[in-house]
Amino acid sequence: MLLEQLINGLTLGSIYAIVALGFTLVFGVLGIINMAHGEIFMVGAFVGVMTTGVLGWPLWLAFIASIVVTGILGYLLERMTLRPLRGKKGVSHLAPLISTIGVSILLENLSHHIFGAGNKPFRTEFAEISIEIGSVSIYIVQIVIFVISIVLMIGLSVWLSKTKAGKALRATAENLETASILGVNTKKIITLTVIIASAMGGIAGILVGMAFNSVSPQMGLAIGLKGLAIIILGGMGNVKGAMVGGLILGLSETFLVAYGDSGYRDAIAFIMIIFILLLRPQGIFGSKIAEGR
Amino acid sequence: MLKLSNVETYYGQIQALKGIDMEVQEGKIITLLGANGAGKSTTMKTIAGLLNPKKGTVEFLGEKVTALRPDQLLRKGIALVPEGRAILSSMTVLENLEMGAYHRKDKAVKAEIEEVMQRFPILKERQSQMAGTLSGGQQQMLAIARALLSKPKLLLLDEPSMGLAPLIVADIFNIIKEINSAGTTVLLVEQNAKQALKIADYGYVMETGKIIVEGNAADLLTDPRIVEAYLGRKSTSEQELVKEGN
Repeated sequence: MLLEQLINGLTLGSIYAIVALGFTLVFGVLGIINMAHGEIFMVGAFVGVMTTGVLGWPLWLAFIASIVVTGILGYLLERMTLRPLRGKKGVSHLAPLISTIGVSILLENLSHHIFGAGNKPFRTEFAEISIEIGSVSIYIVQIVIFVISIVLMIGLSVWLSKTKAGKALRATAENLETASILGVNTKKIITLTVIIASAMGGIAGILVGMAFNSVSPQMGLAIGLKGLAIIILGGMGNVKGAMVGGLILGLSETFLVAYGDSGYRDAIAFIMIIFILLLRPQGIFGSKIAEGR
Repeated sequence: MLKLSNVETYYGQIQALKGIDMEVQEGKIITLLGANGAGKSTTMKTIAGLLNPKKGTVEFLGEKVTALRPDQLLRKGIALVPEGRAILSSMTVLENLEMGAYHRKDKAVKAEIEEVMQRFPILKERQSQMAGTLSGGQQQMLAIARALLSKPKLLLLDEPSMGLAPLIVADIFNIIKEINSAGTTVLLVEQNAKQALKIADYGYVMETGKIIVEGNAADLLTDPRIVEAYLGRKSTSEQELVKEGN
């Protein structure tokens, strides 16, 4: 029982971590909360439903389709709603936040219009298959989700720490001006960051669809708020914080449902934030000194 | 190699540069002096592309480079070490150096990073530490070393001696001389006017957004106006100064 709950918690937590990574990357580089991230995630989930359910594509192709669609959405988000507001005189620092809220409303209503209001099932051929190890049964879906998330997290960490583009992203996140005098085309890096974050949202969308076997136009808001909670928990803009925060939230939600009152499941994220912020206002991995911007 | 003609830069409504004309000759050390708020850093930022002038032109190697982005200017050979050093404190010393060579694709980068670390042994010793943990002097060395790795033709140094102990300041000035004799042109902004004029070939003095005096460094060192305003001595002690200046 305990081991099963642990596996459930890790599966859920690793999805949360992927969602939170999308938030934290954009926040790190642009210093804004991308309120459209949850809805981009939802679009990714619907791409998964449509390609596997309606078109009958294999799952790996659904992932690629979702990455492409959400990546393009990320590009459009940056080009049409964020870049026009950047570096202009007289633009409030809240303006990009508001425009991402606008995008989130647009995407939610658009998919409401196209796909209808109800929940759509997300069928995978191995949804009901599980393996028994002793008294513990593990669903293949859980393994797939967990493995994809871990690979994604490790891949992102390695990319950020070892590659030229990854280092340029970190430099841009630390200081836009410094990165630019070192020869980084910061415009390009910002666009790249929003695209990568959105594509990760798309992947997370499919993973959530698989995990809960249900996709709806409203799912973006709930998961978006949780992603937000996680990056506050882990430290704004901190990659490690997003991963650890996601796992903590996933595990604590699962254990609360298993051993406590399931009615409080969604409250736990926010109760946790209150406590963490009382004890460590900068988040678990956040630095004490706020970046100067 | 660098020529500013009638450059005017604004911060919003406030005019910081009121028509700057200056020229930097290849192979020289040129220094830009002046009190706080005179517009020295603004001039440097305008040259490096961090600020766009409202009027006037910046020419580099005979080409108009006004309003290019900093990363484009770096590729043309202008590297800036900004005021306050601007190291990437959450990245390691080695990563900072690697970022210095960001735009380069040649194979020599690794060997050159090694070379730079030989020259600044403290950077080698601390290469895997976060750059934010270095002392002020070490950070300045890192910032200069990082800028050199971009192989600039023109190095812009904005107050490299700021907030450093006198011994380290002397070190920094020696390094600047070395860099220059290795073939890099240097434009140096300094509060420490005496030290700067000692190593420079030519100097400009700014006041409230304008250049008020220019001339050979040796002449400026003995110019009574400069001595009184920027070298912190009365003109009567000029004699002593000349002796020191040699």
